[in-house]
Amino acid sequence: MSTTTWILLAIAWVIGLSLYGVILGLILSGVDRVLVARMQGRIGPPLVQPFYDVAKLFRKQDCMPSGATALVFRFAPVVALAGAVTALLFVPLGGLERAALFLGRGDGILLLYLLLLPGLAMVVGGFASGSPYASIGAQREMLSMVSYELPLACTILTLAWRLARAGVTAPFSLWTLADHPVWAEAGPLGWAGAALLLGVMLLVLPGELGRIPFDAPEAETELAGGLLIEYSGRSLALFELAQAVKTVALSGLMCALFAPWRLSSAWSELPMPVATVFDTLGFIVKSGLFMFAGVSLVRAAVARLRIDDIVRVYWKHLGLAALAGSLLLIVDTWI
Amino acid sequence: MSEKEITFSTTIGPTHPAFKEPIQLSFELHGEEIVAADFVPGQAHRGVEWMGMRRNPVQILYLAERICGICGVTHAMSFARAVEQIAGIEVPRRAHYLRSIACEWERIHSHLLWAGVAAHELGFDSLFYVAWQAREKVLDLMEDFTGSRVHYSTIAIGGVRRDLDDRVRKAMDETLAFYESVFEQLRRAFLEDDTVRLRCVGTGVLTAKEALELCAVGPTARASGIPWDVRQDHPYAAYAEVPVKAVLPDAYTGETHGDVYDRIVVRVFEILQSVQLLHQLLDQLPEGPINACPKPVALLMRLKKATGEAVGMHEAPRGEVSHYVRLAAAEAPLSWKVKASSYSNYMSWVPMLVGEQVADIPIIAASIDPCISCTDRVLVRKGGGSGGASSSGQVLTKADLTRLSVAKTRRLQASAAARAEVVR
Repeated sequence: MSTTTWILLAIAWVIGLSLYGVILGLILSGVDRVLVARMQGRIGPPLVQPFYDVAKLFRKQDCMPSGATALVFRFAPVVALAGAVTALLFVPLGGLERAALFLGRGDGILLLYLLLLPGLAMVVGGFASGSPYASIGAQREMLSMVSYELPLACTILTLAWRLARAGVTAPFSLWTLADHPVWAEAGPLGWAGAALLLGVMLLVLPGELGRIPFDAPEAETELAGGLLIEYSGRSLALFELAQAVKTVALSGLMCALFAPWRLSSAWSELPMPVATVFDTLGFIVKSGLFMFAGVSLVRAAVARLRIDDIVRVYWKHLGLAALAGSLLLIVDTWI
Repeated sequence: MSEKEITFSTTIGPTHPAFKEPIQLSFELHGEEIVAADFVPGQAHRGVEWMGMRRNPVQILYLAERICGICGVTHAMSFARAVEQIAGIEVPRRAHYLRSIACEWERIHSHLLWAGVAAHELGFDSLFYVAWQAREKVLDLMEDFTGSRVHYSTIAIGGVRRDLDDRVRKAMDETLAFYESVFEQLRRAFLEDDTVRLRCVGTGVLTAKEALELCAVGPTARASGIPWDVRQDHPYAAYAEVPVKAVLPDAYTGETHGDVYDRIVVRVFEILQSVQLLHQLLDQLPEGPINACPKPVALLMRLKKATGEAVGMHEAPRGEVSHYVRLAAAEAPLSWKVKASSYSNYMSWVPMLVGEQVADIPIIAASIDPCISCTDRVLVRKGGGSGGASSSGQVLTKADLTRLSVAKTRRLQASAAARAEVVR
């Protein structure tokens, strides 16, 4: 393949994947809204409501406060979306990775950094907007990023370490992780440890996505939107899209770590296009289940936490739980 | 680095998602911690008293009812009690009972509404829907009972406007059974939920001493351990025959902290108390007339001759409400002053908020169940003028307001255009 063809293909792939991420992310958000509404005894919005919302935001006026740092304020949403899309490139997405140009590239550590980008962009944009509410929200976002990073990193490192012990090469690569489910490698103790890590990761999801109970940076009733208070129109829509793409990237991470099985492997000798469709559908269903367990169910069942409680929950409770999970997996290798 | 703490000031409101009505809170913050707090009321401009002093008492009754958006009995009851005292009208016994019945239903509806709002302030929307779905039952019942879901117009000077028939009586029994069945669910959801406890226990403390000094009333005072309740201290309507004992948080938790959690405890158990009171009221409901002066014209003739002053008190869901009325043998009263419960409770915000976190502002602000439209008044200055804004010097007429709002729109348009230039 010549370099030019590769670049053209890469561009087409990035655009296609962004579209896929946006559409799937918005659908997942719509499913979340409907499910939460049903759990609260409401009917809820139509499934495609997030699409209407984003479409409307794109048509609305994009205001900037007079005290804002214009360049940073304008660029933050673009960086957020770019970061989320880049993260998506390095995550196995069910069957789609067969066509992935970046197959085998990047690893869990890179993904950790890329997943931080949308949050960091929101922090920078929040500070740049000059609003006191956004400043408080930005400080809270930084604190919560620092907090959920501990259990998140602990989980990825443990699972990769487990593969390294099993003698797999390139254990940090998510593609390797997806090819070697931890459940297949570990014994009973390891299963318990992995289950603990799965629980921890499900509670990291609402933190990563800024949902209740970890939505202190936006906290509607306290900060009236916090970080995003000054954003409107196109800029706000870009943040929404970044959030949607990040949802898909996180789903991909969850699937790679804990549920990498392919639907198509149930049948042998499926032609490639059919297998890809099956795997993609399987991925969507798995993503929906992870989002339901980690986001919808949690946010329907609890109140918003204060920022100091968020730090405590992530460092103390979930951090300890993640360490206990690691310990179980380590002990498992001795037996 | 200097040792001095660097603080910054910020305001919340007058329009902010934490407030359902306009009021402004201002803060000195050190990071997330509140160093000093203050509030600026007076954002809801209402000339209700001024309007009332140009109307006769029967008309004022309906105006009074509309002081509050949700308490359809509270202000009408206080006003009617004041006028009845001046004119020496003896309310029939059955009417007393029917008034108490309406009051207690209103308390259930108001506390459920508050519980929902509090849950929403905590970011716990599922609980908000639970509370408001339960509240629908009482609203439907009140529509059956009085003809309206919120502004009941059931209190009349001299009694009540509508009697209770067998069909509504049956509906009341069913609704009471419903609340008895859901009470346990509500209690567990609000008082035993971990996240609610995490956010509310020890938050926004008002000590008994502060509550006394700041003259807090209603559930706000009771949660701090002050056993005040107008129904208990100065029984009126049927409360002399169906006695009420002030609900205090230590009955449930064993001790009094005066925090947000205790205020939830008091309100949740007042729902149960109201259900029990309603059972007694309905069981003991006597027969007889429901209005001492059923003919409005005769009533008006009598009120026109009345002279004197009186204070009508009532224990609203939010606390004591009092109306001062002075009649001087004329069509309209000489004076009418409304003191809503939130007027007494606002000041307790300050000790509650200082030392807490920004995250606690919404729930602490909501914990006194503020009714801003009940409290805010327009001040009419006699002969003082009002800053040159009005042509007559005293009162802004409709024409003045139109002129002022057109001027403001022009001003906003000009500055928006200027801003748009900057953006480009």
